[in-house]
Amino acid sequence: MNELKSGVSESMELGTLRRIIVRAKRWDLFFVVLGILSLMIGVLTFAVLFADMASKGLPRLNWEFFTSFPSRRAANAGILSAWVGTILVMLVTAVAAIPLGVAAGVYLEEYAPKNWITDVIEINVSNLAGVPSIVYGLLALGLFVYQFGFGQSILSAGLTLALLILPVVIVATREAIRSIPQSVREGSYACGATTWQTVRDHILPYSSPGILTGIIIGMARAIGETAPIITIGALTFIAFLPPQPYVGDPPAGLFDWLFAPFTVMPIQMFNWTSRPEAAFAENAAAAGFVLVFMTLLMNGLAIYLRYRLRKNIKW
Amino acid sequence: MRKLKLVVPAVLALSSAFTASVAFADTLVKIDGSSTVYPITEAVAEEFQLAKKNAIKVTVGISGTGGGFKKLCRGEVDIANASRPILAKEMEACKAAGIKYIELPVAYDAMTVVINLKNKFIKQLTVAELKKMWEPAAQGTVTKWNQVNPAWPDQPIKLFGPGADSGTFDYFTEAIVGKAKSSRGDFTASEDDNVLVQGVSRDVGALGYFGMAYYIENKDKLKAVPIAMAEGKPAVLPSFETVENGTYQPLSRPIFIYVSAKALEKPEVKGFVEFYLKNAAKLVKEVKYVPLPAKAYTIAQQHLTNKKLGTVFGGESEVGLKIEDLLKREAKD
Repeated sequence: MNELKSGVSESMELGTLRRIIVRAKRWDLFFVVLGILSLMIGVLTFAVLFADMASKGLPRLNWEFFTSFPSRRAANAGILSAWVGTILVMLVTAVAAIPLGVAAGVYLEEYAPKNWITDVIEINVSNLAGVPSIVYGLLALGLFVYQFGFGQSILSAGLTLALLILPVVIVATREAIRSIPQSVREGSYACGATTWQTVRDHILPYSSPGILTGIIIGMARAIGETAPIITIGALTFIAFLPPQPYVGDPPAGLFDWLFAPFTVMPIQMFNWTSRPEAAFAENAAAAGFVLVFMTLLMNGLAIYLRYRLRKNIKW
Repeated sequence: MRKLKLVVPAVLALSSAFTASVAFADTLVKIDGSSTVYPITEAVAEEFQLAKKNAIKVTVGISGTGGGFKKLCRGEVDIANASRPILAKEMEACKAAGIKYIELPVAYDAMTVVINLKNKFIKQLTVAELKKMWEPAAQGTVTKWNQVNPAWPDQPIKLFGPGADSGTFDYFTEAIVGKAKSSRGDFTASEDDNVLVQGVSRDVGALGYFGMAYYIENKDKLKAVPIAMAEGKPAVLPSFETVENGTYQPLSRPIFIYVSAKALEKPEVKGFVEFYLKNAAKLVKEVKYVPLPAKAYTIAQQHLTNKKLGTVFGGESEVGLKIEDLLKREAKD
């Protein structure tokens, strides 16, 4: 009798258990579907936009499109000054933002004493990441263009975008450094290494995949920025390239291109979309396609580098 | 030694900075300003560079008429594109900086009032009817077509127009409502005229206004409305002819370039402006603006040679100007 009872309750319990499991699995499935849907909203929107842009713009994508200057005739217009401008501006941005951002991040994590000043700086850095880009444009107009006398040049634009992405790079650097186990530092110090030796040989190599991700996110944001670049005076029609070092008569200096007037891809695109002639919309689509492709290329490079660097991390 | 490595490139960069700015200054014609004038100046710049075999470089930016004047009066650009005459405040800024300028009308801009293709009841509009729709008092109250004219159906009006920063908005409000920037606020505003084209073409009850070039390129999607100065006066459709002979009023206006007198001493700037006036008639038409009468360009050329400084407007914009009268006026700076 006793045995029977326990058998019944056992089978009942088994039934309840099964029901609980089925219910839990249903929730599991529900969440998977929800997750995929959320993912698809983003991915599909992008895919549709990209496909639309590609179908409109691809007929325009030929060699001439990359080697021609802007023109009032849609069929002759190209993106030469725009893509060269974008690449040069991004170069200045990278050269300025990466060393500054990484150094600032390392200092805040490894060297800075934990006191209220550091706290204030930390809060400000995080807040700066959310400041609208136009504010950076206005700051740069006063500071770089007029105060420092850099003019409406590639240098001003690159430094403006560097300021814009500096908080992103700093925050990413700090996150990456924080993910390194404390024991790595302790081991290094125990061997008698100085802070700089620890940073150089352990902290930076181990955190570089994370730092790189931050840098690329920042650069991807910078490449599409229009507002601050327009504020500091990027041009719309420019049918010549910055001077190449040591070329021309008289030969241009090594850094003359930094002070050249310029335009960038998003501005060229925007100008074409606001034209009355429908043919310019095709140009805009083609330019958009190239811009997205440039961003993807940059991201691809980052993923590859991250993969390479991760392989070297052993802890 | 290590420190030196850092210092050397910095010094190099700075020293080349100064040589660079000098090197650019003497081969460059810098232009900035209105987006309305931009297509014309861009076309001229393109042809000019071609004609000079790229020996002279021209850059054109878009920072709005106000932005262009600011840069002109700071001496940052040689020429300002302007869709309206210079204002008193801007004249003062120029005076304070010691910058003198020559005002040259280069083309007409005709604002076109457009409606949906399916709209059959609007045959023409008077200025008074447009005012009834657009004046600030209409906000929230005039929402149906029959409120403007009882003969029209009981259908909602959907209004489209340029944003408040635009020179087109300034001129339209001044010409229609009587005071610049005085407009109802509850309409769909966009700085991108293609958005306005889309809006009007999708809504049967829509009415909008923008530059004639956008109408010409979208004739298959929209209908232009003939405008009458008053009830009983003839209604005129905007076209190259009606704008040029001055019958399309009050929605057509001359647009300008302002050339800095100091920059004009540079041969490349002088060459560019002369090229501009010589080729304007052809290029203006090509970018779907209305050229001035041939005589006007000749007179403008004379003003250039005689260095007729200043503005003929005295710091205020005006409505319903004839270009001949304009060029006869005495300029003040």
